[in-house]
Amino acid sequence: MSSSPATAVLDRNGLDALVEALRAEGRTVVGPTVRDGAVVLDELTAAGQLPFGWGSEVEAGRYRLVPRADGAAFAHTAGPQSWKAFLHPQREKLWSADRAADGRVSFAAERPVRPSYAFLGVRPCDLRAIAVQDNVLTGGYYRDDGYRRRREGAFLIAAECTEPGATCFCVSMGSGPAAEAGFDLALTEIVDDAGHRFLVRVGSAAGEAVLSRVPRRVADEETASTARNAVDAARERMGRSMPPVDLRTLLGGTLEADRWDDVAARCLTCGNCTMVCPTCFCTTTEDVSDLTGDHAERWQRWDSCFDLDFSYLHGGPVRASARSRYRQWLTHKLSTWYDQFGSSGCVGCGRCITWCPVGIDITEEAAALHDELADRLRRQDAEETQR
Amino acid sequence: MTGVPVPYRVTRVREETADTVSLTLAPAGPAGLARFWPGQFAMVYAFGVGEIPVSVSRIHRHQLVHTVRSVGAVSAALCALRPGDRVGLRGPFGTGWELVRAAGQGLAAGQDLLVVAGGIGLAPLRPVVLAALAEPRRYGRLNLLVGARTADDLVYADQIRAWSTVHGPLHCAVTVDRPTPAWRGHVGVVTTLLNSAAFDPRHTTACVCGPEVMIRATARDLLHRGLPAHRIRVSLERNVRCATGHCGHCQLGGVLLCRDGPVVGWDRACSLTSVREL
Ligand code: SF4
Ligand code: SF4
Repeated sequence: MSSSPATAVLDRNGLDALVEALRAEGRTVVGPTVRDGAVVLDELTAAGQLPFGWGSEVEAGRYRLVPRADGAAFAHTAGPQSWKAFLHPQREKLWSADRAADGRVSFAAERPVRPSYAFLGVRPCDLRAIAVQDNVLTGGYYRDDGYRRRREGAFLIAAECTEPGATCFCVSMGSGPAAEAGFDLALTEIVDDAGHRFLVRVGSAAGEAVLSRVPRRVADEETASTARNAVDAARERMGRSMPPVDLRTLLGGTLEADRWDDVAARCLTCGNCTMVCPTCFCTTTEDVSDLTGDHAERWQRWDSCFDLDFSYLHGGPVRASARSRYRQWLTHKLSTWYDQFGSSGCVGCGRCITWCPVGIDITEEAAALHDELADRLRRQDAEETQR
Repeated sequence: MTGVPVPYRVTRVREETADTVSLTLAPAGPAGLARFWPGQFAMVYAFGVGEIPVSVSRIHRHQLVHTVRSVGAVSAALCALRPGDRVGLRGPFGTGWELVRAAGQGLAAGQDLLVVAGGIGLAPLRPVVLAALAEPRRYGRLNLLVGARTADDLVYADQIRAWSTVHGPLHCAVTVDRPTPAWRGHVGVVTTLLNSAAFDPRHTTACVCGPEVMIRATARDLLHRGLPAHRIRVSLERNVRCATGHCGHCQLGGVLLCRDGPVVGWDRACSLTSVREL
């Protein structure tokens, strides 16, 4: 046993056995699978439901599946959903209230069930996105109990990226393509002359325990280095990148830029970008009551800063223009998120670019803002030297 | 648990103006919420209708007073409540005013206190006035300047009248934008009262609340008179859904107003309120 015992190799049967072992523990295994022309996330009853032999071709405003001859399972890029659909669901009941005949009112918290998820195939960017939402929803003074319960029960199996898409820029955001932390197990898929196999790294005691129940072999040097090389190569093949500047400062200093008018002329304020973004966490509440009027419920559902109602205050929205709403979204992602939660709100997954119906590209907008700012500073300099 | 409301009973309803009432609320069960600090707010739930943030306008042991202006579905439902009716409360949330918590301690210790209110902005400031009047020795000179659209829009009119006529430690002045024929007092925006107030700008803490334009005008005037920005405390308002920092609605740039506000220093608020539609 030369290599670390925490590193192993699974073949395709081993992957089957991994899913079985997780299900035998009573876990709901969720992973990518092909449906309606896209890779979606859904419950898997067998590893065979993974998107073997499917890749994806993406561009700004475009997504399509393409068959792959190599039969790889994790060669697709981020689909329209992210894991937040499971950890921070679209709609959730928070509490109910009842009014008795004498007028007394009582409130009962909804005890969220504690699901036991195993997420199979979490991209490194999405691993970071989960950490970002952990911090937003459970890292502060108040904790979101439902989220905490779902999250604590979740077992995460990362799948490192070897096939980045054209809208990916995780390298710019420091979140990929390698999985460094925050997983129970991390897979790197390899398909070559030596066969179809998965290098497995252990990230936690729970991961080690699950792996011990799965037929595997000790990782050989060759498989390990092939995996490393494939991930390193992916680093060089990012489809997009952010301008290499301090984005937090850039966005903090361009609130009055002309570029916002330019993007506002294209943006439909549809909110797609916020729905697909794995870190966007905003919610609103709905209060409903039954026909008697004596039973009421509070529900929480995803909301979007592109919605006019989002900033409603005494008779009107604070952010009425498309300009102000797109600016709110982008500055929050890249700048004010640091003030509020100590990190960037963007992990570079590229979903907002792919699923924007008009192909608005966050990296292009950041670059344009940078150019406009650089231009302005140059002109100011010139004016000053003239004086 | 801050996520689920605690039942409170309406013990008193007082009509302040044509569209504004003050509700006195007492815990309906054995346990109420933790103690509120002046400037903090509660999420007030009208059964089956919804919930809105409302600052405390008076804190009296376990009882809280919330002054609500009817501007939407929830506030209208709250304004229609009668004694004996129930509401749900969550809180206390947010930052409070910089009052002196113990003799000689805090930003405002020994300082002249300047309370400037516009319209219903007096509601979150009333506990400041009451706390300062309860322990005037902790402060220098006390000033309350109130602006309202018309005399009929003045909340706590009786209390203001008492404060204005009694020669106590408080200098109280009122101005209206539009005088009725019966009005004998000042006319004009609230900043026109600043000259009448007795305070030393180098040793003053100001507490300001009202419409954002009024806050900006007041802060600018006070800066001009030499008050340092961080001693000008202002209470800002945005849409709030959760009040626990998770829903994203109350963002104002890098500030989450439910968590980092509603009371913030002008050193921080100035740039946040000077960008349109931020
Ligand atoms: S902003 Fe766009 S690229 Fe960044 S994490 Fe969200 S969806 Fe992904
Ligand atoms: S940027 Fe694109 S996806 Fe986002 S709101 Fe605008 S049009 Fe919709």
